[in-house]
Amino acid sequence: MTTQQLNITFAALADPTRRAILARLASGEATVTELAEPFAVSLPAISKHLKVLERAGLILRGRDAQRRPCRLRAAPLGDAAEWLGDYRQFWEESFGRLDEYLQVLQEREEKDGRK
Amino acid sequence: MVASSHTLTVTTPSDREIVMTRTFDAPRELVFEALTKPEHMKRWWGPRGYTLPVCEIDFRPGGAYRFVSADAEGNEYVFRGAYREIVPPEKIVWTFEFEGMPGMVSVDTMTLTEEDGKTTITSTSVFDTVEQRDGMLESGMETGAAESYDRLAELLEKLQENNS
Repeated sequence: MTTQQLNITFAALADPTRRAILARLASGEATVTELAEPFAVSLPAISKHLKVLERAGLILRGRDAQRRPCRLRAAPLGDAAEWLGDYRQFWEESFGRLDEYLQVLQEREEKDGRK
Repeated sequence: MVASSHTLTVTTPSDREIVMTRTFDAPRELVFEALTKPEHMKRWWGPRGYTLPVCEIDFRPGGAYRFVSADAEGNEYVFRGAYREIVPPEKIVWTFEFEGMPGMVSVDTMTLTEEDGKTTITSTSVFDTVEQRDGMLESGMETGAAESYDRLAELLEKLQENNS
């Protein structure tokens, strides 16, 4: 995963309509008309959102010229989730080590104080 | 506070921000020292199983730092940045970049508060994405309308549930 891909993924997810579209596609493929139904926006507006998602590699569009059904492509989401998970783990473990080390330092100080 | 305060809490309160809090059984001065001196940093910085063979710190506003973290196989990971603001023993602001992901720079603010001999670190990382710097998205629409990572996390969770 590259930084550029991660940025594109996060940017594509930075819109509530696009997140709702992805959530809808998680339960199966859908046409543009079906995807537009729950939203108070025009079909062209939904098409624009789908183009952003397609460019980010988050959805795939069918070849059928009439329907062009969309379906979810989850790989970039996995990368984004993995990145957040790695970030958390890094600091969880570092701070765990810091906690232990601070105990060592304090015990050392106590010993030195008694001398 | 309950004992669970000794676990790391990660929240995402706003656009491109990650906030972590963790409480330590130690006075603030000591925690501050452990966060800023190489001889201390080498004892804890990085995940378990990793060492910190290089820890160069020029601890002053504008001063640079460079850490090299190494795993058991000898693979090295370089982190670097510069200190922006230093208020001992309360606050440190620095930039943070992993050389493996150039361009993904965050500005990290760490604040230390002490209560009853325990110190709480609150670390806020603000991510400066390429999109933000350029002031535009790839698509050329919805500029800078980045929403919180919280909602992203929720969505990811939901999608993973659905996929499993």
